[in-house]
Amino acid sequence: MSTKIAVRNLSKSFDTDQGPLAVIDDVSFDVGDGEFVAIVGPSGCGKSTLMHMLAGFDRPDQGTVTIDGSANHQPSPKGILIPQQGSVFPWLTVQQNLMFGLNGQPMREKTELADHYAAIVGLKGFEQSYPHELSGGMLKRAELARALVVKPEILYLDEPFSALDALMSLRVRRELRRILDEERHTVVLITHDVEEALDLSDRILVLSGRPARIQATFRVSFPQPRKISSPEIQDLRDAVLRELGV
Amino acid sequence: MALRRPHKPRSLSAVPALAVIAMLVAAWWLAVIVTHSAIFPTPWQVLTGAYELARDGTLWIDIGASLMRVAVGFALAVVVAVPAGLWMGWVAGAFETLNPVFQILRPISPIAWIPIAILWFGVGNASPIFLIFMSSVFPMVVQTTAGVHTIERRYLWAAENFGVSRATLFRRVVIPAVLPQIIVGMRIGLGVAWLVVVAAEMIALRSGLGYLIIDSRNAGNRYDLVIAGMAIIGLIGLSLDGIMRRLERLKIVRWRYVH
Repeated sequence: MSTKIAVRNLSKSFDTDQGPLAVIDDVSFDVGDGEFVAIVGPSGCGKSTLMHMLAGFDRPDQGTVTIDGSANHQPSPKGILIPQQGSVFPWLTVQQNLMFGLNGQPMREKTELADHYAAIVGLKGFEQSYPHELSGGMLKRAELARALVVKPEILYLDEPFSALDALMSLRVRRELRRILDEERHTVVLITHDVEEALDLSDRILVLSGRPARIQATFRVSFPQPRKISSPEIQDLRDAVLRELGV
Repeated sequence: MALRRPHKPRSLSAVPALAVIAMLVAAWWLAVIVTHSAIFPTPWQVLTGAYELARDGTLWIDIGASLMRVAVGFALAVVVAVPAGLWMGWVAGAFETLNPVFQILRPISPIAWIPIAILWFGVGNASPIFLIFMSSVFPMVVQTTAGVHTIERRYLWAAENFGVSRATLFRRVVIPAVLPQIIVGMRIGLGVAWLVVVAAEMIALRSGLGYLIIDSRNAGNRYDLVIAGMAIIGLIGLSLDGIMRRLERLKIVRWRYVH
């Protein structure tokens, strides 16, 4: 597996009234091509900041993020960020949202692509709906579809399921797993939900509290679909939670 | 799904408001009868006065004149305020340069501009149009600028992430994101414009609802026509606001008002 994302000695601090506050401290890791890496850590530890730097929206104070061998500092459709609060445009319909990132194709092709991906995430029949007419789960699916339609090589998912109830979170997760089995993407997932990480990822990085460092790495090599209640996965879950101090 | 408060049918929800209006009119009528006022008209006299004006056509000419002045002045203000507001909101340098000027001009009452308006534009239509422009342009600039400043970063990031052109960013993200605020600004601007046209017409000119009021008083204390003019101004103001409110129901801006 070739390296897709190489993170080297990344550090970042923010200026506050009480002086600089170190958020990320000397973080290094690799993400392989097609790999699914989950980053878990206590809330407020700087996970989102790390994600913003990976996606090119924020610059590190020190260190580098290299994608496909070239230092990447510009956001581009090659890697789509799905932010925690969601970013589906409320003034566009689901279909218009999905077509937003499509350039160059003739109009008919764009609508076909958009409708295809709306169907993939289970939003068939809601193409003309506005986001405020959708439920939270449907909104996340729309967000996911809008990212997938531009065929990104990398997906940056920042707590994508945290706003959903447990049942809906599980459903959208299954949906995502199914799509990822069909279309190979490199995925970086940030979450505070260990089960989510165990369910989806190939590798789990555990971050420490602020300033965030990589505290432990776990390989998750169980075949998909996974049964979270199996003893091996439960053992791994306990090990990850121990690292998180629970 | 957004929860909505259950509401009564429209036809029923207007009942309490109409009842209050009916009570006010009744109290007015009673007061005129009890005090035997020779000059203050009863509601009925106001109605017949208005009817008389409507029949000989002057009422329609005055309404048309006032509306025309508001339409022209307000349209000019929109044409200037929306691009200026977008520009000031988007470009920090433009904001820093122009905002202090606007903040100084904004609190000056449009009435204070009347002498200058007469000096510059005479007593024709241009004066009230200028005053309406001056009164409605600032609230709209302020609202539009604030609208751009409050666009949420996640939407701008999403646009950047998908690598769209600057033109697309403006057309598909910035303008629709600000549109609800622009409409709020237009509602405020049109309200002020309607206030000001009447005030401006009281000073000069030979037509308009403001002129109707002053002329009715000067030409023989026709207080029935004064009050008829006031009521008509109120009703037209209400309809203008109603039209602006309809804009808030457009699908493209509904998201902002649904919670």
